Amino acid sequence: MSIFTKDHSFTRARKMLSVSALALVMTSVSANAETLRWARVADALTLDPHSQNEGPTSTLLHHIYETLVGRATDGSLTPRLATDWRISEEDPTVWIFTLREGVTFHDGSEFNAEDVVFSLNRVRAESSGFKALHSAVESVSMVDDYTVHVKMSGPSPLYVQNLTNTFIMDQGWAEANDVVEPQNFAAGEENYAVRNTNGTGPYTLVSRDPEVRTVMAAFEGHWDESPAVTEIIYTPISEAATRVAALLSGEVDVVQDVPVQDIARLEQTEGVKITTGPENRNIFFAYDMVSDTLRSSDAADNPFKKPEIREAMALVLDRDAIQQVVMRGQSQPSAAPLPPFVNGWTEEMNAYGSPDVERAAQLVVEAGYPDGFSVDLNCPNDRYLNDEAICQAMVGMLGRANINANLVSQTRSLHFPLIENWETDFYLLGWGVPTFDSAYVFNFLVHTREDAYGSFNGSRYSNPEVDAKIESLETMTDLEARDATIAEIWEQVMEDRVFLNVHNQMLAYAMRDDINLDVHPENQPKMTTVTFSD
Amino acid sequence: MLAYIIRRILQSVLVMLVVALVSFALFRFVGDPINSMVGQETSIADRDALRDQLGLNDPFLSQFATFVTRAAQGDFGISYRLQQPVMELILSRLPATLELALVSGVLAFVFGVGFGVYTALRRNGWASNTIMTVSLIGVSLPTFLIGVLLIWVFAVELQWLPSFGRGETVEIGGWTTGFLTPTGRASLILPAITLGLYQMTLIMRLVRAEMLEVLRTDYIKFARARGLSNRAVNFGHALKNTMVPVITITGLQLGSIIAFAIITETVFQWPGVGALFINSVRFVDVPVMAAYLMMIALVFVIINLIVDLLYYAVDPRLRVDRAATRH
Repeated sequence: MSIFTKDHSFTRARKMLSVSALALVMTSVSANAETLRWARVADALTLDPHSQNEGPTSTLLHHIYETLVGRATDGSLTPRLATDWRISEEDPTVWIFTLREGVTFHDGSEFNAEDVVFSLNRVRAESSGFKALHSAVESVSMVDDYTVHVKMSGPSPLYVQNLTNTFIMDQGWAEANDVVEPQNFAAGEENYAVRNTNGTGPYTLVSRDPEVRTVMAAFEGHWDESPAVTEIIYTPISEAATRVAALLSGEVDVVQDVPVQDIARLEQTEGVKITTGPENRNIFFAYDMVSDTLRSSDAADNPFKKPEIREAMALVLDRDAIQQVVMRGQSQPSAAPLPPFVNGWTEEMNAYGSPDVERAAQLVVEAGYPDGFSVDLNCPNDRYLNDEAICQAMVGMLGRANINANLVSQTRSLHFPLIENWETDFYLLGWGVPTFDSAYVFNFLVHTREDAYGSFNGSRYSNPEVDAKIESLETMTDLEARDATIAEIWEQVMEDRVFLNVHNQMLAYAMRDDINLDVHPENQPKMTTVTFSD
Repeated sequence: MLAYIIRRILQSVLVMLVVALVSFALFRFVGDPINSMVGQETSIADRDALRDQLGLNDPFLSQFATFVTRAAQGDFGISYRLQQPVMELILSRLPATLELALVSGVLAFVFGVGFGVYTALRRNGWASNTIMTVSLIGVSLPTFLIGVLLIWVFAVELQWLPSFGRGETVEIGGWTTGFLTPTGRASLILPAITLGLYQMTLIMRLVRAEMLEVLRTDYIKFARARGLSNRAVNFGHALKNTMVPVITITGLQLGSIIAFAIITETVFQWPGVGALFINSVRFVDVPVMAAYLMMIALVFVIINLIVDLLYYAVDPRLRVDRAATRH
C-alpha cells in the first residue's frame, strides 16, 4: 500500500505525533502564527468572571482567566493556578491549596494568594452567579504568598470539584476599577469588568464587540507552553444554516453546536471533519409521583403514583429507536440518569431491556385503567438536541400502551418555571453534572424540596431515608464508604423509577480537516489544546 | 403647519404609550427571565430574591408605571442578558440596522421605480416578462429562504461574498460604518438584497400599475398631441403623478424594513437591533424587548410624520387645501 512511501509515512508519523506528544508538536508549530476562527451559537454574556454561570460565558473566559483546577477532556481534574490541593490532616473542614509560582496577570502584576482570597470572596457575593457552588465555604484565608486555606462549614470532600469554573481575578486591578463585586442588576449601572479583563490565562483580550467578534492573542508571559493557536477570533453565529455555511465557505475554522441533521453531510464534505464525543448531559422524563391527583389527566387518581404505570412507561420507551431516528446516531441510549464519567455510574444502571409494548399495555389495565388515561407532556423546544422530537416520539410510544400524552412544547423560559413551580405532571429535563459526582444529581433532583435542596425535583419524590443519606454524603471524608452510600441511594432511586432516562447527549464539533480538537464533556473546548496536522 | 406638527406629535405620544402597554402585557407570556439568568444550582429562595430585586413580582400596573417614568427620562435599565445599559446597547446596534435598511431601501426604490417604469412602457417585451416573473418569485419566497439560498450560491459555492457578519467597520464619532471598508461593503450586498427584494417587487408593481393608469389619462394624450418628447411625457408628467402613493408606500416600507430586518439579521448574523431583539426574546430580556418595541414604534411614528410632510412637497393640491382652511 502507498502508505509505505516515504512522504506518506512522514505525514502519518506527524499525525501520530500530534496526538501522542502534544507538547512536541506545539513547539514545532508555534513558530509560525496561526489564527483560529471559531464560531458557535451564542456569545459570552459578559466578561465578568463571576457574574453568569452559563456555558458560552465560561467557555470564552477559560481562555482569558484561569481557575485553580481545570477539567480535562476525560473529566479528571488537572492543576492550573493551584499545583496541589488537599484536605488538611488536622482539620477535615479545611481545604489547602498550593498555588503556582511565577504567574503574572496580563497587566504584569504578580499572582499570589491575595488574589485567590479576593476571588473566592467575590464569587460568594450576593450578585455572583456561582455562589451556590460555594455555599459551604465559611472563610478563605491566606497562609503565605502561595498557600490558601478554605474553611468549610463542615467536611466537604468534593469542594474542589466545584472550582473548575471559578476564575481568579487580580485584586489590585479589581479594586482600582471598582469591581470588587459582580454586576448587580438593581444597581442599574454597568460594571467595568463586563467589558474589560485582566486574567492570567493563555490569551489576552485584544478587542471585543459583543455578539459580533472577540479577538484574543496568545499571552507572551503565560506560565505554560505557548499554544499552537496564537490568535483566536470568536464569532457567534446563531443561525445553524449560516454557521455551517460559514465553515464550508472557509470563513471560520471551527464550529461548535453543529446541528444533528448536518453531521452526516459534513462528514462527506471534502476539507471538513467532525469530532464527536459524549456531553456531560443526560436527557430524561420525570413525572409527579406523589400528588393524589394530576392537573392535566382524565384519571381520577394519579397514575404515576403506581409502580405498574411507571414500569409500563419504561417498557414502552424504545431508546434505540430514538437514537436511530430522532438523534441520527448522536446519542448514547442509557437507563442510568447520569453520564458515564460521573462518579456513581455503573454498567448495571446503564443497561436497559428491549421494549415490551404488550406487557406495558397489560400493566396499564392491571393498574386500573382499562381505557388508559391521558396526561400532558411538557417539553422544551429550544434547550436540548431535538428535545421536541424526542417528546413526539415518546407520545407515540406511550399511545401504544393506551397512555394518551398530549404534547405541550414551548420555549425554555416557559418550560423550566413549570418544574420550579410544580405546575407539570410529566416533563422532559436534561441535567449536566459539573461536579462529576452523583451527589449533585441527588441534591437537586432527588432530595425532598427544602432550602437549597430539590430545586429541580419536579417529581416531588420525598424519601426521608434517602434524604438522610444524601445529606450524609456532604460530610463523608471516607471516599469508599461514600461511594457505597451513593450506590445505595441509586439502588433505591432506580427501584422507585424516579427517572425515565432516555440517553446521554453527544456533542459534535466541525472543523477544517487539518485541525485537531477534542470534544470537551462540558462543551468547553480549550483552543490551547488545538494542534494542526500537515 | 406648526399646529399640524404639534397635533401629530401629541398623537404620537399616545401611540407610544399604547405600544408600551400592549408590549408590557405581552411580556407576561414570554416566560420567566430568572431561569436564564442564574445557574442551575441556584436555590428557589435565591431565585425569588432576584425576582423581587428586579421587580418582577410587582403588580402589572406598577411595573408599567415604573417603566414609563424611567423611559420618559431616557433610562431603559440594564439588559438582563448582556448587563449593559439598554440605551447604549441599542444605540451601538442601530448603525448596523440603519445602514442595512438604507441600502436595501435605496436598492428597492431605485430598482423598483426603474423596473416599474420599464415594464409599464414596454408592456410585452421579453425583458418585461422576465422581470415580472422573477419578481413574483421574489415575493412568494420567504425572506429566510432567500437569505439561505443567496448564502449557498454566493458564499459557499462561488465564494464571492461573505456569508455572515458586517465585515470590518470604521467608527466615526460613535457611529460604526461598514461603507468605508471593502469587507464592509461586500458584507452589505447579500443581506441588502434579501431584505429589499420584497420591497422592490412591491414598489415595482405599484409604479407599473400607477403608470399604466396615468398613461391612459387625457392629459398624457394631450401632452403627446402637443408634441412633447417621450422623455418629458413619461418622466415629467406620468411618473411624477404616480409618485404620491409610491412615496407613502416606500416611507412605510422603510419602517417595516427596519422593523422586520429581524429575520435577515438573524440569517446573516448581522449585528443590528433586530438580532439583538431576537436574542433578547429567547432570554426573556424584558428591558431590551421593551426598549426595542418602543424604538420601532417611534420609527413608524416619525416616518409617518415625514411622509405627511412630503405629501406637501409633492402634491400642490394639499398645500392649497391647507392654505384655504387657514383663512
